[in-house]
Amino acid sequence: MKLLIANGHLIDPTEGQNSGKNLLIENGKVVAWLGQNESAPEDAEVFDATGLIVAPGFVDLHVHLREPGQEHKETIASGCAAAVAGGFTSVCPMPNTSPVNDNAAITRYMIEQAEHAGLANVFPVGAITKNSDGTELAEMGEMKAAGAVAVSDDGRPVPNAGMMRRAMEYAKDFDLPVVDHCEDKSLSSGGVMHEGKLSLLLGLKGMPALAEELDAMRDIILAKETRAHIHIAHISTKGAIESVRRAKNEGINVTCEVTPHHFTLVDRAVEGYDTNTKMSPPLRSEEHRLAILEALKDGTIDAIATDHAPHHADEKALEYDRAPMGIIGLETAVGLAFSQLVHKGLIDLVRLVELCSTNPAKIFNLKERGTLRVGSHADITILDPDLNWTYKVSDSKSKSKNSPFDASQFTGAAATTIVGGKIVYCR
Amino acid sequence: MDKPFRRRDLLGIRNLSAEEIVGILNTAENFREINQREIKKVPTLRGKTVINLFFENSTRTRTSFELAAKRLSADAVNISISSSAIAKGETLVDTALNLDAMQPDCIVVRHSSAGVPHQLAKVSRAAIVNAGDGANEHPTQALLDAMTIRERKGAIDGLEVAIVGDILHSRVARSNIHLLTKLGATVRVAGPKTLVPNDFQSLVEKDLQVCPNIEEAISGADVVMILRIQRERQDSAYFPTLREYAIHYGLTQERLDLAKSDAIVLHPGPMNRGIEIASDVADSSRSLILDQVKYGVAVRMAVLYLATGGSSINV
Repeated sequence: MKLLIANGHLIDPTEGQNSGKNLLIENGKVVAWLGQNESAPEDAEVFDATGLIVAPGFVDLHVHLREPGQEHKETIASGCAAAVAGGFTSVCPMPNTSPVNDNAAITRYMIEQAEHAGLANVFPVGAITKNSDGTELAEMGEMKAAGAVAVSDDGRPVPNAGMMRRAMEYAKDFDLPVVDHCEDKSLSSGGVMHEGKLSLLLGLKGMPALAEELDAMRDIILAKETRAHIHIAHISTKGAIESVRRAKNEGINVTCEVTPHHFTLVDRAVEGYDTNTKMSPPLRSEEHRLAILEALKDGTIDAIATDHAPHHADEKALEYDRAPMGIIGLETAVGLAFSQLVHKGLIDLVRLVELCSTNPAKIFNLKERGTLRVGSHADITILDPDLNWTYKVSDSKSKSKNSPFDASQFTGAAATTIVGGKIVYCR
Repeated sequence: MDKPFRRRDLLGIRNLSAEEIVGILNTAENFREINQREIKKVPTLRGKTVINLFFENSTRTRTSFELAAKRLSADAVNISISSSAIAKGETLVDTALNLDAMQPDCIVVRHSSAGVPHQLAKVSRAAIVNAGDGANEHPTQALLDAMTIRERKGAIDGLEVAIVGDILHSRVARSNIHLLTKLGATVRVAGPKTLVPNDFQSLVEKDLQVCPNIEEAISGADVVMILRIQRERQDSAYFPTLREYAIHYGLTQERLDLAKSDAIVLHPGPMNRGIEIASDVADSSRSLILDQVKYGVAVRMAVLYLATGGSSINV
């Protein structure tokens, strides 16, 4: 079956493309770029993208799909439905499932469930250590063979520097990036929000910026030593950003991602004790948010990732310091990126596509994704930059509704999502 | 022109205006006399129901609220949950909705987690009164402290108040800092640096000072407020031993001599004698610790009265 995406504005940073172009798709691959007056095969179905941006499919490096083990929060199918509704064609689930994704069998299971759902591509992140306990290395080579694209102990970051060094050395053998949720828990344990004026005011235990900054510095020094690729997850502090900037200048193999909530909200949002403002890393102060915006602009930050973390309403209906950390984010990321970054003139559309597609695909070595060059997978995110819309969490495709952005208004949306040449979502 | 507060919930002092605070204090003054009568009961809240919902142990505060309700003829029910509902798997919101469904007029809540009264206020029909939430606020304690200070000093405006001890974990300190600065006092806080972060300076816009040592905080003070030290802080390595705490941060007569000659001493209780406060200081004529407890009942009568719809300072 042939599909022609006609009359759209094609942005593909990998080809330096930023103007009108028609795309011809066949058997799940991009087969030709055509001029907008050029004739297309008559048997091709036509998707009219007039007034829309056509971009390589967005890739989310950081989601929690909760399957196996916590299917009351999310399943791979429901998570993938939320992903494509938010414009993401590929998502990378973290290994903190139950049991932990620390072996090839679970990695394969996750990929199979995604194939059943037939929506987004799922590229699992395997654990660094068995059960993410931080003591014994997990079988990284086997997980890679099964389809894992990176390793991480995410919310339970490897506390021991010696173990982290081994992990980096070993992961490098398999060309796997090591993803770290940078948090020195000896500084942050028991904390529920950013440590600062607001935590003192609200009487909540703080998680100091220091906890992230110190761990990021450790990882960068280890990456320099081991020459491994360290990817810093959901960076949220000025200090860690400065460390990454310096490390990149030195040529150290470090990349990082930021979440939409960290470039949008600050710790003021915690006033009122809404547990949908509780996540790790916590919402930081304005000083940190400004550093994030600067880093999004100057290229220090490589990618936008959601850290989509579904929790059931019953679990969030607890005291602030007992409620679990995390919010859902797949369906609000594009709206927030447009409203907070593009329409405020901070970044242009090309940079948006780099942050959401080109760069994340490169960071996890996803071959023939994050690009629309001829021969690559036909994973396409079609954007309507001017669409005004209101997010209603009750309409979310996710099984969980834990979002602080309910009823928020956005300008700019993911209009249509195509995965492997198939239209899987249309707004 | 004194105006009583018109909010039905009392979640904290932070969001009250100076006028609202003075309104509550004046209402409390009017109720004070009832507690001296032979028959300590008036029909003001007859037919109203007050639930004292305590998720955390308390003798003083719970008894004080219970007496306040009963002396106003309200029906008071005490519930001590100590996380048993949580053990049964009930969420905080469910617990609140179930109690609210019994149509109480006011729920007085104490909880070890900050923000619980705010969360309950969003879902309940009854007025919520905060009887202490984690390290956030303890508004009736600050109000009874203010009443005690007013009684002895006449006014709060212009006073210098030292608050000494574990400021970081203290809801009493937070409520007092807000109340005293709103009413025009200058507040100086001091204690071990691990328990008195410099960021406290930014807690209120003005009239708050973080002092490098307790001597500086106490010097020239009109009021010295001593906070209870929780023994578990020692285990968390905020300070090495209670012995060392007593030596370096305890209120001794010698340290109290640095304050004004007519300075008064307050403590929210329960006291650790010989640790944060020396026994001779606690028992001296400068100490108004039992007055605080006495005025607590009047303050809580005023708060229950206003929270359940009362709007006049005339009783």
